[in-house]
Amino acid sequence: MIYNLLHRTVYEYTAPVTVSHHAARVEPRRLPQQTAERFALHILPAPALQKTRADYFGNRVWGFAIQEVHTRLEVTATSRVIVAPVTAPALALSPPWEKVAELFSDPVSPEVVEPYQFVFDSPLLRVSPELADYARPSFAPGTPLLVAAADLNRRIFKDFKYDPVATTVATPLEEVLEKRHGVCQDFAHLAIAAVRSLGIPARYVSGYLRTRPPAGKERLVGADASHAWFSVFCPSTGWLDFDPTNNVLPAEEHITLAYGRDYTDVSPVTGVITGGGSHRVSVSVDVEPVEPEGAAD
Amino acid sequence: MSDSNPNDHRPAGAPTLLTRENPEETAGQRSVVPPKISVAGNYRPRPGSYDECLTAAGGVRPHYAGFLDSLDLTGPAELKRRWENSRRLVQEQGIAYNVYGDVRGMERPWQLDPVPLIIAQDEWRSLETALIQRATLINRILGDCYGAQDLIRSGWLPPALVFAQPDFQRNCHGIRPARDKFLSFYAADLARSPDGRWWVTSDRTQIPTGAGYALANRLVTSRVLPESFRDCRVQRLAGFFREAQKSLADLAPAGTENPRVVLLTPGPYNETYFEQAYLARYLGYTLVEGQDLTVRDDRVFLKTLSGLERVDVVLRRVDDEFCDPLELRNDSILGVPGLVDAAHAGTVTIANALGSSLLQSPAFLAFLPGLCRHVLREELKLPSAATWWCGQKSAEKYVLEHLDTLFVKPAFRSRVRGMQPGEKMSKPERAELARRIQFQPHEYVAQEWVGLSSAPALGEDGLGLAPRRVTLRVYLVATENGYSVMPGGLTRVAPVGDHHSVSMQKGGASKDTWVLSDTPVPEISLLEPAGQIIELRRTGNNLPSRMADNFFWLGRYTERADAATRLLRSALLRFTPERGGSGRPYLTPLLETLERQGQLPGHPRQNQSQSQGRGPVPVQQNSEALEAELLAAIFDPARDGSLCRIADHLQRLAMFIRDRTSNDLWRALNQLGVPLVRKPGGPVMLAADALVVLNQTILGLAAFHGLARENMTRAQGWRFLDMGWRIERAVCLCTFLDCALRSPEADNPSLLEAVLEVADSTITYRSRYNLLPHIVAVYDLVLLDEKNPRSLLFQLRQLLKHFDRLPRESSNSALQVILEGCLKRLRTLDPGELGGLASDWHISETGRAVQGTLKDLPLLSNALAASYFAHSEISRTGGGVRP
Repeated sequence: MIYNLLHRTVYEYTAPVTVSHHAARVEPRRLPQQTAERFALHILPAPALQKTRADYFGNRVWGFAIQEVHTRLEVTATSRVIVAPVTAPALALSPPWEKVAELFSDPVSPEVVEPYQFVFDSPLLRVSPELADYARPSFAPGTPLLVAAADLNRRIFKDFKYDPVATTVATPLEEVLEKRHGVCQDFAHLAIAAVRSLGIPARYVSGYLRTRPPAGKERLVGADASHAWFSVFCPSTGWLDFDPTNNVLPAEEHITLAYGRDYTDVSPVTGVITGGGSHRVSVSVDVEPVEPEGAAD
Repeated sequence: MSDSNPNDHRPAGAPTLLTRENPEETAGQRSVVPPKISVAGNYRPRPGSYDECLTAAGGVRPHYAGFLDSLDLTGPAELKRRWENSRRLVQEQGIAYNVYGDVRGMERPWQLDPVPLIIAQDEWRSLETALIQRATLINRILGDCYGAQDLIRSGWLPPALVFAQPDFQRNCHGIRPARDKFLSFYAADLARSPDGRWWVTSDRTQIPTGAGYALANRLVTSRVLPESFRDCRVQRLAGFFREAQKSLADLAPAGTENPRVVLLTPGPYNETYFEQAYLARYLGYTLVEGQDLTVRDDRVFLKTLSGLERVDVVLRRVDDEFCDPLELRNDSILGVPGLVDAAHAGTVTIANALGSSLLQSPAFLAFLPGLCRHVLREELKLPSAATWWCGQKSAEKYVLEHLDTLFVKPAFRSRVRGMQPGEKMSKPERAELARRIQFQPHEYVAQEWVGLSSAPALGEDGLGLAPRRVTLRVYLVATENGYSVMPGGLTRVAPVGDHHSVSMQKGGASKDTWVLSDTPVPEISLLEPAGQIIELRRTGNNLPSRMADNFFWLGRYTERADAATRLLRSALLRFTPERGGSGRPYLTPLLETLERQGQLPGHPRQNQSQSQGRGPVPVQQNSEALEAELLAAIFDPARDGSLCRIADHLQRLAMFIRDRTSNDLWRALNQLGVPLVRKPGGPVMLAADALVVLNQTILGLAAFHGLARENMTRAQGWRFLDMGWRIERAVCLCTFLDCALRSPEADNPSLLEAVLEVADSTITYRSRYNLLPHIVAVYDLVLLDEKNPRSLLFQLRQLLKHFDRLPRESSNSALQVILEGCLKRLRTLDPGELGGLASDWHISETGRAVQGTLKDLPLLSNALAASYFAHSEISRTGGGVRP
């Protein structure tokens, strides 16, 4: 599939901002199944400085600073992304989950050093016996890792209610687990912490999801949203993504922006401002599917 | 402690302690030492531990012999006297350690034991070699963790040790500090076990605190024991700090001439703020807070009154994760947004490198021997306290089997709980701990206690010596070729009876550390060697705008204290039981002014200009209640405007500007509050006693004013201090004059007398007019006499002079406009009109001029703040949508 992406973040401040520094992780990540073309970042007012580097997890991060007095900031990322179809691995052929967990205990095998980053507590996520208990029904002894992960994905979809107002970024995982509601970020976090509680690496994926208009309706431009899901490491096949909000294995309709240990590593646009009073943020995302060039007309 | 009790007579036949390290010499032959009272006479270390001064057999170790002899020459009584002097010195120098959560006595005086820990040269040399090896190793490990990570890939370093640590700052990965010095400063805590070996109990790799305290201890101790210090050939500390200066200058990005180094402090509420200010001053660096710095175009700048100035090296006292709210911990208000990016860009060097707290984890102790063999191809010379990291299966097993004898603590800075020092765990508690270890083994380490050695300290009676447990913190600084060790260190002394932990936060003391030299010790100082050509400078470093703000408020508060004191004194003088109510009419304007200024309850200060023609003050109907109110206005810490509260503010401000003012000035401010503190249950305070205190306060303030006037260079700091004075003096004067003019007795000589008194112009008046105070002459003198330094016109003229010399921006024209308006009002004023009035003086031209000025002064103060102090708060903007 080919998509035209647009991700616009607008900040409006009640008082003038004299200087601000920002970091944006809004460039689609280059992956075997995903290529990004024509990425552009438009910033208003124009930044005094704009640069890019790869962060610790290999995501492209754009840093910029606005040094003129302003009361409004607009950050727009656009790109064209091609997502190739991938064949999901045979889940039942993956090794038993205990064998995988063993790789990440003492002594550590050198070939799993990279995924080893994702097995420990991270800024927002802490493992706990309660989370391990929640995961356990999916992880019966000897269950192939990916079968277990897919089952956990399904259970979260079934057990939890999608409720966009029930939680905030600051809602602790214990509360999500207890009250059984949240948004995609909460579900991804829950899955990651539960999988890690069993000693298996899991990471957070931020990105977008193609949305389909109700039958007979036009697609609304800009009404899409950022999305998040999780990914589990399996030695035989590498990382495999799961989307617990929709109970699917992401394929052609998920577009990946960045990976991290949790949301704090990949938050799309952050900033520190001097002055500014209180501020209001509005975000609009548009995921527009396009026909391959030259195919139509 | 009984060991130090002079009444503790030794039982007959007990071995004599003071013997030389000579097997031939028995107790009976000790006649070489004159039979006089020895300072160390009752010194008896506890058996079973190593004593720094005496051998197990009771003989004096050779390197202590000279010191003990010289102590005996000084004698116990003289030692005690000197020690008491030095305690005063500590207090006056303001050597202090802040204790969190203590609002009033925020700084606690430094507890210094005057008896140094002495280390022989040979032993020190081997320690030095071992410490340099250790610093080199740690620097290499840090460089690898924040770079190639080969040690992890090759299996020498378990990945969990790095990846599981909250102190591994991923956003700092890839920053390469100048000369690959991740560790510019390093400290190690050492303890000596009963067999005499030194062990490292912890590594301080991020912000090695205490070198400044070690220096302060040296200055005091060498003053208390000058003879011993000279005779013992003690190695000097100054050379170490010179190395430090050189090392930091070398860290500046290549091609920087005259690099600017700043010391980044978390602020005056930090526990070691004294040390930070002290070091900044000693090393000649600007002390800055996060909000004093800004990052523009990936470069770090200092915000000063005259604009932005480039910063090349940041010596930081702010923890890793707080240094940059953008890339590190985003709720930090101590950091500088963009600092991490600047470090990545290589335009600034941060010492120690961001992320260096990684190696402070005790878990590393278990791996250093192996890493040393692998990285440096040699054996680790100095052992660490025996440590098991439970992330390894064999270690976890051992720890779980020995939970009753080991001490378990968190491996990383995290939320997991280990044991409290000295804690005895019940069986269920141990089982619970075992369960937690098994769930997340890598989060725990276990250590064996290192038994601490003892060393002589001054006994509690101040006369003899008593053994106390000690640990030694030693300091290293990176040099061109490696590391250099401070010959000395901070010896910390456990409280009496405590065998395990030594902590400044829990109230332990510290002492100087003397490393002896076999050869005469050369003098070293931080001053440039003579003969070097020096570039003359007539201006210092530019003032950070935050400092200008502090100086301004220092001026305002000292003047507020002065005015309040004078008003209270005048009120108390007029209030005597003998006069009863007869003095009341003349008292009213004084009381009203005190109310408006917040010393007495009633009208808040802000509404002063709105109150029109009120009658006499309704409060204070009877004399007793009035007296109580006046005393409360002086001594009540719960009352916002009370004199003792103002003194508190001053003390705090004094702390903020500590690195910018002389010790004398600081001392003068600090002493101000002393007579104003009343202990609960103290003697009953009479009006007469209060007058004594007020007179003391006026003298104290005069001392401060005098010192400031005579000793501060007329640079920006002075300018803002003086502007604060002038504005506050004008406010206080006008408030009082407004109240006085509203009195129906405004022209009564008794009231005019009070006006002169409060304006401190009585003598001037008498020298000019040989008659009773007359309203026209008095108001001319206090409003318009430009030669009278207490007059309103004088204050405004001074302000105008200062404004003319401030760094210009277009925005300060508002200042000029307001001030010109005030001056114009006075120029056309003729107080002669007051002579023709019999009442309603306050609606005369003069009265209106006073009220108008009173309205303008706050505007002036605000305009000044807007132009020069603007340091807006930083805040964070979020990422937006949560899908």
